[in-house]
Amino acid sequence: MASSSAITSPPTPLINKKDVGLSAFSSQASFSVQKFQKRVSKKIVSVMAPQQSERRPATTGSVKTGMTMTEKILARASEKPQLSPGENVWVNIDVLMTHDVCGPGVIGTFKKEFGENAKVWDREKVVIIPDHYIFTTDERANRNVDILRDFCNEQNIKYFYDIKDLSNFKANPDYKGVCHIALAQEGHCRPGEVLLGTDSHTCTAGAFGQFATGIGNTDAGFVFGTGKLLLKVPPTLRFVMDGDMPDYLLAKDLILQIIGEISVAGATYKSMEFVGTTVESLSMEERMTLCNMVVEAGGKNGVVPADSTTYKYLEDKTSVPYEPVYSDEQARFLSEYRFDISKLEPLVAKPHSPDKRALARECKDVKIDRVYIGSCTGGKTEDFMAAAKVFLASGTKVKVPTFLVPATQKVWMDVYALPVPGSGGKTCAQIFEEAGCDTPTSPSCGACLGGPRDTYARMNEPQVCVSTTNRNFPGRMGHKEGQIYLASPYTAAASALTGFVTDPREFLQ
Amino acid sequence: MAATASIISSNPAAAKLPTTTASTSLSPFSSIKFPSYPSTKPLISNSTVPHFHHKTLSSTLISPHAAASPTDTAAAATTFHGVCYVVGDNIDTDQIIPAEYLTLVPSNPEEYKKLGSYALIGLPSTYETRFVEPGQIKSKYSIVIGGDNFGCGSSREHAPVALGAAGVAAVVAESYARIFFRNSVATGEVYPLESETRLCQECRTGDVVTIELGDNKLINHTTGKEYSMKPIGDAGPVIEAGGIFAYARKTGMIPSRNA
Repeated sequence: MASSSAITSPPTPLINKKDVGLSAFSSQASFSVQKFQKRVSKKIVSVMAPQQSERRPATTGSVKTGMTMTEKILARASEKPQLSPGENVWVNIDVLMTHDVCGPGVIGTFKKEFGENAKVWDREKVVIIPDHYIFTTDERANRNVDILRDFCNEQNIKYFYDIKDLSNFKANPDYKGVCHIALAQEGHCRPGEVLLGTDSHTCTAGAFGQFATGIGNTDAGFVFGTGKLLLKVPPTLRFVMDGDMPDYLLAKDLILQIIGEISVAGATYKSMEFVGTTVESLSMEERMTLCNMVVEAGGKNGVVPADSTTYKYLEDKTSVPYEPVYSDEQARFLSEYRFDISKLEPLVAKPHSPDKRALARECKDVKIDRVYIGSCTGGKTEDFMAAAKVFLASGTKVKVPTFLVPATQKVWMDVYALPVPGSGGKTCAQIFEEAGCDTPTSPSCGACLGGPRDTYARMNEPQVCVSTTNRNFPGRMGHKEGQIYLASPYTAAASALTGFVTDPREFLQ
Repeated sequence: MAATASIISSNPAAAKLPTTTASTSLSPFSSIKFPSYPSTKPLISNSTVPHFHHKTLSSTLISPHAAASPTDTAAAATTFHGVCYVVGDNIDTDQIIPAEYLTLVPSNPEEYKKLGSYALIGLPSTYETRFVEPGQIKSKYSIVIGGDNFGCGSSREHAPVALGAAGVAAVVAESYARIFFRNSVATGEVYPLESETRLCQECRTGDVVTIELGDNKLINHTTGKEYSMKPIGDAGPVIEAGGIFAYARKTGMIPSRNA
C-alpha cells in the first residue's frame, strides 16, 4: 500500500492500519442489523406442504455472501441478489443532479443522442442547481444559467433552484446555492439510494448512507434519457475512527488525516466506508465534510452508515420512503485502517496537494495573506459556527482579509439568525463583523475553484491563503502561483487572527 | 469536428480487442450518432479509430481514411504517431483546463475549439514549453505522457475534451484518476492508456513517439527505446462498442437509432 510512503510529517503512532487483504472481519455490531428476518406463524393451518413461491437468493439472507454497504446499494439498484467488486452492472439512478457548469453540455449530449424532442426519464428525479458562476457579469456564465432555465421549463423539471435577479440573491426564493449542500437541505439525499451528479463532490451525499458519485456530461446525458448507467462495483476500504474527538478538531481534520495517510490516489476506483464511535458522534454536516473529500483521495464514493442522527436530519426534509442498508458482518473489505481520534492534532494540507499533510502547529511560521471560509466542504452552518467560536474566544480582530461565502441561502440565513453558543445571543454575522471579517457574501461555489475573473474573493495575485475548501492544486483558487493551505474552520479562523497558519488550540484552550 | 461524422459512419466499430480498438462515436461534438452498426461488416476487421485518425492526419505513419478496407493492416488501425508532451504526477483538471474557462460548453462547436486552445494552460510556469502556443487553436503535440493519477480533481468533462480539441489522440500515464478515465472513454476524445513504466521520466517533450495499440507498445524514436503498456482492461467492451451510448445500443439497453 502507498500508505506509509505518503506520509510527510506523520502523526503515525495513532494509526494502526491493518491490511487484511480480502479476508472478512466483523463489523461494528450496531451496523449489522439484519433487516430481512421474517416473523413466521407457528400455528398449523394445513397438513399439506403449502405451495411456495420461488424464493430468490436475495430474499433468504442466510445463503448470501457478505456484502459491503456500497455493494448492497448497487445490488439493489441493479436488481441483482449479489454483487462483487469489479462487476460492471447497469444501475437504476434515483437522483441525477447537474449544475450551471456542466448542465448545458449534458443537455447538448442528451438532445443529440435522444433527439430534440426527447424527454428526461423522470422529471422528478432530475435536480438542477445553478451554483458555480452566478454572481458574475461573464456573459457566457449568465447564458449557461439561461440554458438550464429553458430546459427545465421545456421538460417541466420539478426541482430547479433558479436565480434570475443577480443583484440580490434574497429576491430569488428558489435559489439555493452550492449543489451538494442544497441537495441535503432540500431532502434529495436519502439512505440506500443512488445519486449521481456532474460534479466530483457529489460524493458528499455518502454521509446519508447512499451511493453518490461524480460523473461527466456524456454519462449524465445518458442517464437523462434512460435513468440508468453502467457502473463498476468498487471494492471498499474501511476506516474505523474511534475515540472521543477533542473539541479543537473538526471532520476536516479527520479527512485530511486520511488523505495524508493514503495519498491523493490511495482510494482510486474504491469506496471508502467510515465507521467507529467518532463517526457515530458526528453531526450530519460533519459527516458530509468527511465524505465530501473522498474524491481528493481518488475515491469513487464514501459512505457513513445511516443512524438516528441521519433519521433526525431527514425528519422534516423528505417524505420519500427510504431503506438504509449496512455492511454485513461477513463483508469483505480491501483493507481496514484504524485511527484513535483522541490523539489527533489539527492538520493542514500544504500547497499544492491535498495529501501534503502537516500539523497546523508545524506551519506556524507560514505567513498568510488571506483566509477563505466557504464551499461545499467548509461553508456550511456549522463551519461558520466553528469559526465564530474561535473569534469569540479570542475577542480580537483578524490580521488578514477574511472572506466568508455561505454555501447556500439557508446557511446565509443561519449566519445572520442563529445565536452562537456562549456569546450571549450574538449571531455569527455579528461576531464576524466585530472581528473585522468581510461581510458574508451571496451563496455560491465562489472562489473555491477560481471561476470568472470577477468572482468574489478569487485569488488574482500570487498570495498565500488558508482555506476551508477542498483542493489546493496549482491555480485552483485563481492564481497559478497562489498557495493554498487547506484547513478546518477552526484552523482557518485561528490563522486569520494571527496572520500565520495557526493551531486553533491557541484560542480554544 | 464535423469531419469525424462521415468517417465514423463507415466504421462498424466491431473489431475485437486486443488487435484493435473501436470507434469513438460518443463524442458529443461529432454531431452524429450513427443509426446502428452495419451487420455485414466483418467482426475482426482492423477497423480504424476514426476520431483519432482525424487528429493524427499529420502523421506519416497513418493512412488516413483506412476504414474497414481489407488491405489495411493492424498497425494502421491502431497506431498513434506524433510528438509528445511530457508532464508529471497528479496533473489535476484545473491544470488541464482552469475553472475560468468552464463557461465554454463542449457541445457547442465554436466553444469546443476554444476549449482546445486553453488545454493545459493551467500548468505552472515551470513548464517552459507551452502545450499550445499563444494565439494557436491547436497543439503540435498529439500525445501527452504523464505520471501517476493523471486527471485527478474535478469531474469536468471539459478536461478530456480540451485535450481532444487541441489535437491530442492519446494520453499515456502511469495511472489515472477515475472520472478522467471514464470521461475519456465516454467521450472518445482521447485514448487513456497506461504505461508499465514511468514514461514521464523516460521521455521528453518534443520526442517523436509511436504507440502500437495492438501490441501495447510505445516506441520513442528520439531515444530509440521501446516500452510496453498495459492492456486497456475493463473499459474494453465499452471502447470497443464506441462509447457508452453505442455500447448500450449494442447490448439492447437502449433502442438503436433506426429502431
